[in-house]
Amino acid sequence: MGSYAIRRLLFAIPTLLVISFIVFGILDLAPGDPTGQLPLTIPPEVREQIREALGFNQPFIVRYGLWLQQFLINEPLNLLEKTCDGTWCADWFASSETRLRVTSWSTRSPVVDLIIERTPQTLWVVGMSYVVGILIAIPIGIVSAYKQYSIFDQVGTFISMIGFSVPTFFTGVLMIVIFSVQLGWFPSVYDTTLVVNDWPSFWLQVKQMIMPVMVLALFNASQLSRFMRASMLDNLSQDYVRTARAKGVAEKIVLLVHVLRNSLIPVITVIALSIPQIFGGAIITEQIFRVNGLGALLINGIQSADYPLVQTLTFLFAVLIVLFNLIADLLYGMLDPRIRYD
Amino acid sequence: MTDMGKTAGMNSGSAQPADAFADALHPHRSHWGDVWRQFRTHKGAMVGTFVFVGIILVVVFGSYFHTIDPQFLDIRNKNQGMSFAHPFGTDNLGRDMLAQVIAGGRVSLLVGVVAMALSLVLGAIVGVLAGFFKPLDGPLMRLTDLFLALPILPLLLVIILLFRDPLRKQFGPETGVFILIVFIIGITSWMQTARIVRGDVLALKEREFVLAARSIGTRSWKIVLRHIFPNVMSPIMVSATLGIASAIITESALSFLGLGFPSDYPTWGRLLFDGKDFIQLTPTRVLWPGLAISLTVLSVNYIGDGLRDALDPRIRGR
Repeated sequence: MGSYAIRRLLFAIPTLLVISFIVFGILDLAPGDPTGQLPLTIPPEVREQIREALGFNQPFIVRYGLWLQQFLINEPLNLLEKTCDGTWCADWFASSETRLRVTSWSTRSPVVDLIIERTPQTLWVVGMSYVVGILIAIPIGIVSAYKQYSIFDQVGTFISMIGFSVPTFFTGVLMIVIFSVQLGWFPSVYDTTLVVNDWPSFWLQVKQMIMPVMVLALFNASQLSRFMRASMLDNLSQDYVRTARAKGVAEKIVLLVHVLRNSLIPVITVIALSIPQIFGGAIITEQIFRVNGLGALLINGIQSADYPLVQTLTFLFAVLIVLFNLIADLLYGMLDPRIRYD
Repeated sequence: MTDMGKTAGMNSGSAQPADAFADALHPHRSHWGDVWRQFRTHKGAMVGTFVFVGIILVVVFGSYFHTIDPQFLDIRNKNQGMSFAHPFGTDNLGRDMLAQVIAGGRVSLLVGVVAMALSLVLGAIVGVLAGFFKPLDGPLMRLTDLFLALPILPLLLVIILLFRDPLRKQFGPETGVFILIVFIIGITSWMQTARIVRGDVLALKEREFVLAARSIGTRSWKIVLRHIFPNVMSPIMVSATLGIASAIITESALSFLGLGFPSDYPTWGRLLFDGKDFIQLTPTRVLWPGLAISLTVLSVNYIGDGLRDALDPRIRGR
């Protein structure tokens, strides 16, 4: 197990390097000019100087190397410095003045600071939607499997089919039409500046989170409940279930202890695998409800041709995918003793 | 199906009543006949097929019955609700929504089908090569893993933004965007097909008929085309149907983010994107294109579901 984990970790490094190279290369190969967005009144020699200041007169490999150094060495050092500030290790990493950081072209602030600023909103909305989705999906999956082909199962199957066929950008807009335009229950725009310090503001926060969370939660739940159902069905027909029933274990315990535990193993890995996809899917939901999280940051960066920001964010998404793939594989091995990685 | 035809022809030639009786008792069953019989028992799949065929018919022939030009500006009749002249209402420039939904459907469905075909071809080639030719297996599967680890949506957005203008200059505004979107959806969605096909090929190539073909000196590429390929058609067909659905969703999502087709060349996603700023005024404007996308994807998913059951020999005949 340990050697497998190390092997997988070592393999993740070249994968991520190749991905970062692809991301960097796509942006670099693009025929567009990074100074193309600037006003046309800028004289050509000044434009040339701007390009030089952005580092565009250097060869591709040098720029790629510098970006890697800034992102993979300088930024972690900065983070360490910040966390160590004022403690025993304060003077270990204290040289942030000399370290170059990945800087956003449009806002002139370090990209990593922007990302840290935007992450909480995304985590709140997306994370909450995931929790709600799981809480909806697991009971539905259990009941659907236990009462296979019953009315509940049929209706559940139909709804979950709708749930993952109807795209989130349509359910989101539909929810806005119904609940904010017609009924006026919830605000259609997510207000990030809201400070939660008492009950009324907490209630406002809940109200503005309901719609984005539910849109994503329904989408997740419809996929997860199918997995849960299939996994429960696989286990319900196993011999150990018959054994447990034969020796007189209560039906509730058979179902909720014996079968549920075993059925959760593949479902947990599916959950882990799809967490990074959620960050991608959240791009659309964030756009509908104007949540200014990571997705909105990426869209802004793309629209203002902010290459460093887009490169870093896309690469971060890739890191998440690789990381959660690894976690899912390791979890599977840990949860299911029948799986041996040797 | 062709086999059934042949048998019927032979029977009409031979006038043996006993044979005809035996055939009526045990009619000749072909593989695709069985699949069709199983498919018909799946209610959702049959409804899905009818809905999907209906949508295709409306989208293809609808403009012959509803003859308003989708780009015709009738500014006096802007933002109208449903009426006899404009069954889906009009938009903020007075363009007829039904005509736009029909025109948008053509593009959306075409994108779905072409992108799916591209990703299938890529996936099938990679899968067959990786499964059949041992030395290629490692590198091709690492490539597949790599593509699976790419953050698809951000990359699609970046690629579209960067390459949209040059391609527009090259091929004109419509064709340029079409080529770009179909191409990038195709090359970022072949991985699942490749994995499934590779798995099937790995199992198939150890079978006796491949050994037999090899022993009479059939060349490798001919074995692949003649013997392996027809046998992996089932998984390919299932991923084909599901591929159409996901390609339509991806295209709509891109259009919805404002990075797909231009608004004078509408698709369902683009219509939804343009309509969402007028939710307060004309809420039905987002309803029709959204319903069209949802119904199409839902019906295609049901067809895929039914096909998977019908093509699975363990379920069929039960």
